[in-house]
Amino acid sequence: MNASSLPRWIDIGLLPVLNLMAALTVAGVIIAIIGENPFVAMGVMIKGAFVYDGALGYTLFYTTNFIFTGLAVAVAFHAMLFNIGGEGQAMIGGLGVGLVVLFLDSVLPPLLVVILAVPAAAAFGAVWGVIPGWLQARRGSHIVITTIMFNFIASSIMVWLLAGMLMAPGQMSPETRSFADGINLPLVYEVLQMVGFSVSRSPLNLSFVIALLACFGVWYLIWRTKLGYIIRATGHSERATIYAGHDPAKIIMIAMAISGALAGMMSLNEILGVQQRVILNFTSGYGFTGIAVALMGRNHPIGIVLASLLFGALYQGGAELDFEFQTITREMVLMIQGLIILFSGALAYLFMPAVIRVYSSLRKPTGSG
Amino acid sequence: MADKTISEARGDDSSPLAISLDNINKTFGSVQANKDVCLSVVPGTIHGIVGENGAGKSTLVSILYGFYSADSGTVAISGEPVRLRSSADAIAAGIGMVHQHFMLVPNFTVLENIILGHEGGSDLKAGGRQAEASLKGITERYGLSVDLQAAVQDLPVGLQQRVEILKALYRGARILILDEPTGVLTPQETEQLFDILRTLKAQGVTILLITHKLKEIMAVTDFVSVMRSGEMVDHLQTAQTNPQQLAQMMVGRPVLLDVGYQAAQAGQAMLNAEHLTVTETSGVTSLSDISFSVHQGEILGIAGVSGNGQSELLEVLAGIRKITSGTVQIGNRKITAEQPASPSEVKRLGLAHVPEDRHAMGLILPFTAAESAVLGYEYADLMGGRSPILSPAVMAAHCKTLMTSYDVRPAEPTLKSNLFSGGNQQKIVLARELSSQPAILLVGQPTRGVDIGAIEFIHKQLLAMRDKGCAVILVSVELDEIMSLSDRVMVMNEGKSMGIVRKADTDIQEIGLMMAGVTAAPPRQQKAK
Repeated sequence: MNASSLPRWIDIGLLPVLNLMAALTVAGVIIAIIGENPFVAMGVMIKGAFVYDGALGYTLFYTTNFIFTGLAVAVAFHAMLFNIGGEGQAMIGGLGVGLVVLFLDSVLPPLLVVILAVPAAAAFGAVWGVIPGWLQARRGSHIVITTIMFNFIASSIMVWLLAGMLMAPGQMSPETRSFADGINLPLVYEVLQMVGFSVSRSPLNLSFVIALLACFGVWYLIWRTKLGYIIRATGHSERATIYAGHDPAKIIMIAMAISGALAGMMSLNEILGVQQRVILNFTSGYGFTGIAVALMGRNHPIGIVLASLLFGALYQGGAELDFEFQTITREMVLMIQGLIILFSGALAYLFMPAVIRVYSSLRKPTGSG
Repeated sequence: MADKTISEARGDDSSPLAISLDNINKTFGSVQANKDVCLSVVPGTIHGIVGENGAGKSTLVSILYGFYSADSGTVAISGEPVRLRSSADAIAAGIGMVHQHFMLVPNFTVLENIILGHEGGSDLKAGGRQAEASLKGITERYGLSVDLQAAVQDLPVGLQQRVEILKALYRGARILILDEPTGVLTPQETEQLFDILRTLKAQGVTILLITHKLKEIMAVTDFVSVMRSGEMVDHLQTAQTNPQQLAQMMVGRPVLLDVGYQAAQAGQAMLNAEHLTVTETSGVTSLSDISFSVHQGEILGIAGVSGNGQSELLEVLAGIRKITSGTVQIGNRKITAEQPASPSEVKRLGLAHVPEDRHAMGLILPFTAAESAVLGYEYADLMGGRSPILSPAVMAAHCKTLMTSYDVRPAEPTLKSNLFSGGNQQKIVLARELSSQPAILLVGQPTRGVDIGAIEFIHKQLLAMRDKGCAVILVSVELDEIMSLSDRVMVMNEGKSMGIVRKADTDIQEIGLMMAGVTAAPPRQQKAK
């Protein structure tokens, strides 16, 4: 008996919830050990993520990053490729946005520049995904190794450019000049204010909507198109794909291009949404956390939205926790996030044997086979 | 709980049973693999266990050899209740096992393989000498001569199996379990194995033979136990039963063992292979200089012991593997090393392929039946041609139609492919490929791991395709299958064709010798000898 013989609601519903509970329990024990009340801390965290002024906007802003990087990991995973390179692909995507805007913002109207910057993010990310894909498909270099290496390469390129050619003149920090006025994605609170709703300030912007559209797009691609079917077929059995008359090498490259494009689009949220210039390390680990998001969301867009929301809440609520308690430091918050990644990512199937036992003892065994 | 057949046959003999299993139960998840299984094996007999795939034979043997422990029930060996928690326990209790896939280190010598795990201390040389001495006794006693210094990889399969038997005897086995031992043997090698088993029996060794080949049961066993769906159906004395009865017990309903082959007139040649040669990147020549043609309304059987190039031949014809030299001609298209054809091009030329390995190729196990039923036909007109969208409704309807006309059970398109039985999985693949109305059909091992009931159905379908004018190439390691369906038979040995014979002019003995590479086909290929 394995995961596929369990009903879907257990695999994608119950198991992740159990993992989350386990992580929170361990975190709660640790908070109790350092002398704080874990329930109070939990309350602060939830309020910090959803209730306080502007909290929800911040939570959804972080959620947007996780949706993009989580989807990127999921698409590659359907072709059984472990894309660890979301971080690098996002950086290069940001570079794409930066180059388009810096070259064009003085010549073209802002709206047009923004419209061009969006596909640039995807295209640059795609290129950074497709190179490891090509190396895997045609040269047999393992995708895990190459994508990790490409993170380092991306990071070095960013340092080289931001501290060199692209560095704003007359400045000491490694970042480009600011984009021209009006070159940014509309902020949600501004749009809502225009239509008469008063919402507190937050960096939440149009990227969130793009992320949700991407979710639908990924779902449609994977489960409703022939390409998605072939990507999944390649992931399950390369030999069957060859037998069916497709070239797995081509499929691997296509899947990595889509994956890279999604990761690259994470930069829209950070660069085009709030920073309005390219800065160093704007990805700050979202690409890596995307792996945990995809694992927890079982590589399904709906699961990824929920997992992203959880991680968004942890980021935002965790910051609040740090602020509110003297004893709970930033490192403590990182540890809680780490526990959740550990339980939902690395130990994703920890409770599976127990759940299977309980489930099959509840159902009357049928003697077949 | 001694069963009636055994106690009757034994009369008032009161020596303990070699193996006595009592009410063995074993459950995997929600599947009960063994249900109240009882088995009594008389010492010094050959006892067969037959049953279809998934009947619980392997589980039972695994329990007996200590791989699994039973959920409940007792095991007694030679009258002593034992607890078998590992294969070491089983060996200590005097049980030896010859696995279907040999557990030998290919580049070790026979002696090194035999003492592996029983090296007799840190001085390998001394241990080897000691082993050699005691092996001499064993080989003489049982007539199992084999060169102890030869590397196992240089030995023919029949001798490798002999090494496995020796290994078990060297560890003191008095009860020998053989799991599907003849799958890799030629008919002649099978006969030799049976001679060995008879000698072992005469020396008092008890043998448990697990097989799905009823002929072998009839040929060599004294008793036979039939399993179905995890339960023991009956225990019989072999002399008092027949294959028809055993087949019926295995399936639970009457079965036709012969699907009624009738010779037919073949038409024009549909596929011509000339001097087909394939050299792997490793430098090994897997196919060398193979020439044949297959005609409309004809089944060309490809016989041979597994691993003699048949798989490579199928893959080359299907466009999966590249030709090194030679040609394959389908219609006007000449496929060569310079102008290779992809699997999709070959498909457009009217060829359909039921692959040997349905788990890795024919189906995608985690996919639903509906998804597996369009594998390779995603862009067929039925699925909307070049349209990029794959409609789940169309897929489900298509699958349902196939399932109804090929009697796939359960006829449930949303069920995952791995949840169907072997026979039903094969029917899904067959339905998909046959429904494309191919002019040429490649079929690899169509009934491997398929239950008897489905074998009958599949054989009928293949004959029906032939009668509709399809040119069929049938690769199978089951010689009976080749003999009951083919019009002509090509025999392969070490990647070469040993010749093509008309079925009407040959018999199983002649084909067996060709399979072993001993003789080429008569008379025009005689010089190839």
